[in-house]
Amino acid sequence: MSSDRKEVKRDRPWLMRTYSGHSSAKASNELYRTNLSKGQTGLSVAFDLPTQTGYDADHPLAHGEVGKVGVPIGHIGDMEALFDQIPLDKMNTSMTINATAAWLLSLYIAVAERQGVAPSQLQGTTQNDIIKEYLSRGTYIFPPEPSVRLTTDIISYTVNHIPKWNPTNICSYHLQEAGATPTQELAYALSTAISVLDAIRDAGQIDGDAFANVVGRTSFFVNAGIRFVEECCKMRAFVGMWDRIAKERYGVQDPKLRRFRYGIQVNSLGLTESQPENNVQRIVLEMLAVTLSKNARARAIQLPAWNEALGLPRPWDQQWALRMQQVLAIETDLLEYGDILDGSPIIDAKVRELVQGAEEEMRRVKEEGGMVQAVETGYVKRQLVTSHTDRMRAIEAGDLKIIGVNCFTETTESPLTSGTDSGIMKVDATAEREQIERLQAFRAERNSKEAKSAIAQLGDAARSGINIMDASIRCAQVGVTTGEWSNELRGVFGEYRAPTGIDISTHGMGQSETVATLRERTLKTGEELGRPLKILVGKPGLDGHSNGAEQIAVKARDVGFEVVYEGIRLTPEQIVKAAEEEGVHLIGLSVLSGSHLELVEDALARLAEIGLSEVPVIVGGIVPTEDEKDLKAHGVAAVYTPKDSDMNRIMSDLVNIIRESNGLERFEDAA
Amino acid sequence: MLALRTPPDPESLAASVSDQDRSAVAKALNLLDDKRPEARKLAARLLATLPKERLYGSGHLIGLTGPPGAGKSSLTAALVRVWRNRGLAVGILAVDPSSPISGGALLGDRLRMLSSDLDDKVFIRSLACRGEFGGLSAEVWPMSLVMLAAFDIVLVETVGVGQKEIDVSKLTDTTCFVAQPASGDSIQFLKAGIMEIPHVLVVNKADVGLAARKTLSELRGTLKPPAHAGDWQVPALAASATKGTGIEALADSIEAHRAWLTAQGMLPTIRKRFQAEWIVKRLLEEFGRFGIETLGGESRLLDSLVEIPGSPFEQYESLRNRFLTNRGQ
Repeated sequence: MSSDRKEVKRDRPWLMRTYSGHSSAKASNELYRTNLSKGQTGLSVAFDLPTQTGYDADHPLAHGEVGKVGVPIGHIGDMEALFDQIPLDKMNTSMTINATAAWLLSLYIAVAERQGVAPSQLQGTTQNDIIKEYLSRGTYIFPPEPSVRLTTDIISYTVNHIPKWNPTNICSYHLQEAGATPTQELAYALSTAISVLDAIRDAGQIDGDAFANVVGRTSFFVNAGIRFVEECCKMRAFVGMWDRIAKERYGVQDPKLRRFRYGIQVNSLGLTESQPENNVQRIVLEMLAVTLSKNARARAIQLPAWNEALGLPRPWDQQWALRMQQVLAIETDLLEYGDILDGSPIIDAKVRELVQGAEEEMRRVKEEGGMVQAVETGYVKRQLVTSHTDRMRAIEAGDLKIIGVNCFTETTESPLTSGTDSGIMKVDATAEREQIERLQAFRAERNSKEAKSAIAQLGDAARSGINIMDASIRCAQVGVTTGEWSNELRGVFGEYRAPTGIDISTHGMGQSETVATLRERTLKTGEELGRPLKILVGKPGLDGHSNGAEQIAVKARDVGFEVVYEGIRLTPEQIVKAAEEEGVHLIGLSVLSGSHLELVEDALARLAEIGLSEVPVIVGGIVPTEDEKDLKAHGVAAVYTPKDSDMNRIMSDLVNIIRESNGLERFEDAA
Repeated sequence: MLALRTPPDPESLAASVSDQDRSAVAKALNLLDDKRPEARKLAARLLATLPKERLYGSGHLIGLTGPPGAGKSSLTAALVRVWRNRGLAVGILAVDPSSPISGGALLGDRLRMLSSDLDDKVFIRSLACRGEFGGLSAEVWPMSLVMLAAFDIVLVETVGVGQKEIDVSKLTDTTCFVAQPASGDSIQFLKAGIMEIPHVLVVNKADVGLAARKTLSELRGTLKPPAHAGDWQVPALAASATKGTGIEALADSIEAHRAWLTAQGMLPTIRKRFQAEWIVKRLLEEFGRFGIETLGGESRLLDSLVEIPGSPFEQYESLRNRFLTNRGQ
């Protein structure tokens, strides 16, 4: 050891969390308490899709989704079980919740009350950023205008009653997942923050002096990709740009209230299914991007598990992710220094370049009328789909190298994935049934007259424009359910479907020889079958991660298919109806929530019912090998998972699947 | 070329289409799209069997067009709700552009119409324009006939800019043009007379306020009072698909135009005229000006086609054969 071991003052480490929750409130509570005992310093709650999109577990759209990607919370009883023996006055809880954020925060406040904890003692974060839901994550319910109103209601409420709460976590995270470049991430996240803050200022619920606190409580949720030097510069750019916006646009004098405070989940987009152990290195390097620069360091970090692209991580996988943070914070000397990047001309130049690009893009958003309008017109989504398509084309062409995916693909069998559980966790199949039983028992036991009147008051508040939180907390206290709360507001605000952005131009469309071959084959097969090949791409269930489905749709168009893109949140019944009306040659279903078995089997049964069994069905998503066999046994023609990154190969398959199902001979594989 | 695996019986298919059998409508549309010679023959028989009085004397064929981003699909969805409340069955043909490079197309229209998706009295077929017919697909006319046989209202939705907007007016009883607030393009086209005057003008997104009112007043400025008493007076309306305002009034105006056509006794004539235009356009694409001249010139051809009975495919085939025989001599 060459370094002198003297006492140095170390910075306090960031909050360490793991994004988790599954099956039931009780099971998730056990997991949380285990994680806390291992040194995790905060909680990050993952809710299941019915909770995120406002459906009770017994709603038809919830079928197959209950407890899959997170914990199901249907009412105050579930929320109480989730935080059993976790004192909320000591905990810092981050909730990834958006469309129903006001509801889950209300439940949290009501549970704290039962624990004897006053709202003013609570600490934590509601994600509460609806804009990126329209662009990427897909768990929106209401149109943009009332959604932004709900967001501002939460902010106004917390600034007045829960001063240590971060009411909104403006997310650039999901923008990067949807394909955003660092410049786009900066521009869209900051434009979103501006649109939210402007709305609060204009709503007039906060008086002048307190507004600086609103700016101060605005926090961000950012993504860090593998190009970690650039990502580090991106964080420094964020810090500088936010400081200036807070000062110049909102007149915030106190520099502390102008700090760019952010939490981070490192990039999941770049995590690979092939050679998944490499994800460990990726995650660690990505963590460096948000920790190296002290002045742009994350306040809270949650790391994905190495096997996220395979399925749900097990407790041990989550522990591994937590240990990565602990090693960096505790073993290394990182926290002993000031900002180690200050004064580097290379870093400064890169930051300047990013700031300039971002400012330019922010001007374009402004020209569209602001972020809300730019989302409504589809402008932002188109930019993102274009960037994502560029990325996919670069991977396909080998210009963007990914170890184990398009280079160095030789591998020895991994002992990590060869265990009896294939290296992932399975959600208990009885979780949904049990949750429904609990919900129905809860409904039978509560005072339904009180619940009904609380729901009516919620509706009145929504219509009248007064802050929704008081009526919402009242609903939580008297046992209103998640579905009831959301339904009442759906009745007032209406439901929304966001632009898909897939109408991007064909500019830069693949020109390779393979693409030309594929186009010929699509054309020829169409001629042989009498009409151009037409396919339908849709997402059954509640999962809103539409990037994969959109990429398939765009790529299929590029090789000459006529593509009916049905978008997200469809019932199998709707998809089958559309397939019949549209007269398609093939149906592509994308499911990332783990509900593929239930949803796909339902769709197949409905196709058979109307005599369309001959239309081949393919499935894309995070599908474990075992389930893949199961799906194929049910008649699915092909299953694609994240490891199938060669889009040309998939397109070549589609043509052949259509040929075979129509009695034509296959072509040789093109890719 | 592959033979049809299970060739449908066109006569019984036509009967099921008239009974609003959804699966029959889907199969009939697939058949009309099928270019194999065997399928063409079956398709001609299908069209010939559909009830003439429905194809040429009843129903309402509506064209909805306008620039991209004007909100045509959401307006369509809003209109569908009104029509469904009035007890009408609706068929929709949504036409999207094809990529000139790959020939592929993204047909995303269904998405915003979703609210009507589970109603079995609403049927949506999207079509790529496939680079022909100036923004419309050649299949639109025959497919409209199948839909007319099955539904009360048939709406053809197309993206149109400038001149291409008129194409849909050559195929539909009532053309409704959707304008985008604060976008002057269409108004310029109207003023310059480049664009044929549609039958109903509507400014969507009326909820944006000032810009919409301004566009509405500019549109009204381009409209002239009818030259003769009893001529159709083109209305210019404001609506908001997202807020649901002005939709009933729009549906009423569209309906009023249909009533006017009936009162004038024009419906059968214009439907036959559409068919004649469609045939001439197809012949023009296949044989060029020379071909049309050989067959007697465009206006004589149009006039004679209105007089001859027969399905579009039969008429087309007979003229095609006449040209090929003449040339062979």
